[in-house]
Amino acid sequence: MHSKSQIIKMKKFTKITSKAIPLAVENVDTDQIIPARFLKATDKKGFGDNVFRDWRFDKNGVINTDFSLNNPIYTGSILIAGDNFGCGSSREHAAWALVGYGFKVIVSSFFADIFKGNALNNGLLPLQVSPKFLSVLMKTVQENPATEIEVDLENQKISIKKLEISEGFDIDPYKKTCMINGYDDIDYLVSKKEMIEAFEAQRL
Amino acid sequence: MGKTLFDKIWDSHVVDTIENGPQVLYIDKHLIHEVTSPQAFNELKERSIPVYRPNQIVATADHNTPTMDQHLPIKDALSRNQLEQLSKNCADNDITLYELGHQYNGIVHVMAPELGITQPGMTMVCGDSHTSTHGAFGAIAFGIGTSQVAQVFASQCLLLTKPKSLRVTVNGTLKKGVLPKDVILYIISKLGTNSGTGYFCEYAGDVFENMSMEGRMSVCNMSIEMGARGGMIAPDETTFEYIKGRKFAPQGESFDKKVTYWKTLPSDDDAVFDQEYTFDAADIAPMLTYGTNPGMGIKITETIPTDENPSFKKSLEYMNFEAGASLINQPINYVFIGSCTNSRIEDFRVAADYIKGKQKAKNVTAWLVPGSKQVETQIIEEGLKAIFDEAGFELRQPGCSACLAMNDDKIPKGEYCVSTSNRNFEGRQGQGSRTILASPLVAAATAIEGKIIDITKHLN
Repeated sequence: MHSKSQIIKMKKFTKITSKAIPLAVENVDTDQIIPARFLKATDKKGFGDNVFRDWRFDKNGVINTDFSLNNPIYTGSILIAGDNFGCGSSREHAAWALVGYGFKVIVSSFFADIFKGNALNNGLLPLQVSPKFLSVLMKTVQENPATEIEVDLENQKISIKKLEISEGFDIDPYKKTCMINGYDDIDYLVSKKEMIEAFEAQRL
Repeated sequence: MGKTLFDKIWDSHVVDTIENGPQVLYIDKHLIHEVTSPQAFNELKERSIPVYRPNQIVATADHNTPTMDQHLPIKDALSRNQLEQLSKNCADNDITLYELGHQYNGIVHVMAPELGITQPGMTMVCGDSHTSTHGAFGAIAFGIGTSQVAQVFASQCLLLTKPKSLRVTVNGTLKKGVLPKDVILYIISKLGTNSGTGYFCEYAGDVFENMSMEGRMSVCNMSIEMGARGGMIAPDETTFEYIKGRKFAPQGESFDKKVTYWKTLPSDDDAVFDQEYTFDAADIAPMLTYGTNPGMGIKITETIPTDENPSFKKSLEYMNFEAGASLINQPINYVFIGSCTNSRIEDFRVAADYIKGKQKAKNVTAWLVPGSKQVETQIIEEGLKAIFDEAGFELRQPGCSACLAMNDDKIPKGEYCVSTSNRNFEGRQGQGSRTILASPLVAAATAIEGKIIDITKHLN
């Protein structure tokens, strides 16, 4: 499906094992992930510094120590979030901010459409689990921040290693190939140019 | 089996289908603005890929523009740079741009329909989630991320999996004082913020058939607030009448030919939807939101519900509201009438009609922000500006303004704003601001009284 000369734009993703950071809030919208006042940049750099800005800091820039990302006991490249993560604005800056901060996987029981697509286009895995598994995962990490989580994209499986609990997850097979190989869609579409031209010609 | 309006348009735009994967969908119109396009232009430049069909792209500056003194240089350096980048990118790539101050400049979802760019049967995209607005014309229109903006630049196509279909039917007659905004806030309050995720939604029934194009745009605009990528309404005589004669609409014989085609688009009688909901127009009342997502809405006369969910409680805490309380008599210091949801001429006519002969309450700062230069001109020509001026309202220049508060139009921390915009997320209108979504009528009445009133008791 992709040519060998394909430019690799994204980091390849196969399997990761990491601790996780819990964010037990539902309906996290992209305005919370990256507030609009930070969207004035014309490149993709620096958004990680301002991820969840208004939850991490108050208006005077004072750190909110109650917020899980600021709690030193929680570390890792996996974010565990409540239902309907990424709703609202289409801003891809939200995905850039999460990747910039160091996240590789977001686990939730439900993702908003546009965010999901934006995440996949940036090598960030939106991993949808059942509400039951999410609840176990959230509780486990909150109670024991040292818990190691394994995300195996090839076999589409997420595991809580110590408890030997795991669950399978779905991903579009095309997008899975892209994630594993670090491909994005532009080259694929450009390679279809003749077909697109033919389509345009028959519509005239 | 018959086809839905959505099926007919989608199927006629499929260029190719990847085995066990997405489809290559052709995009007729691509709208761009200053905030979500610069990184996409950079991407193409880095990869030496030219913009494939510049004549199918239209650009405007709206998200990050000031609503005062637009003739002067923009003070904020980052904002100025973003607009300069847009101008340069459009000039370098032969893309039509209606920049700040141009007679056609405006919010992307206001200016494109009013210029006749939006037409039935089209596929349209924009790096903005409220692109769903254009579905009011019977088009497939949806918001995309910046990577996808780059894909459309490069190929005029997107790789997509066909969404499921959803139909929301509302039959009956709307009560006095119930506006299209109330209809969509009511629907979202009933269905919740993620009920539409994975779906494209068609709105059907008398209520939408009898609605003006501007009302239909307000409804389709907020489809994304229930998670649906897009909303659509079947094109009919109201649609054709609206488009006829507009600058970029087909003219003469070509228009008639198009109308013949557009008439084939509505869903077939035997079309089957994956999900259906039906509501009765008589049950809809003027609406208000009380929380931090658009699904947290009540009728103006209802009280805030009780819910033990921690996220629900967090939301009420942010808003400083109590479960069981009424919002009637809640003092309000800020009112915003504007945004791609409610900044068209009909919205300002409704507001002016209520405001005429009254005075704005002293405690209220009331911003009226038209959706485009053309709407601004109409407000002046129809004498509405004089009404607003006399009542103490401030008519500003067009743009997205306090809907997302990227520019200086911010609501201060802790303050409530009754707003005709589309999102009441935490801090959406400025850090610590508290948004109550409502119709232009409820917003106008709030500004006059300085507090929320039961509008149903104040209509002649």
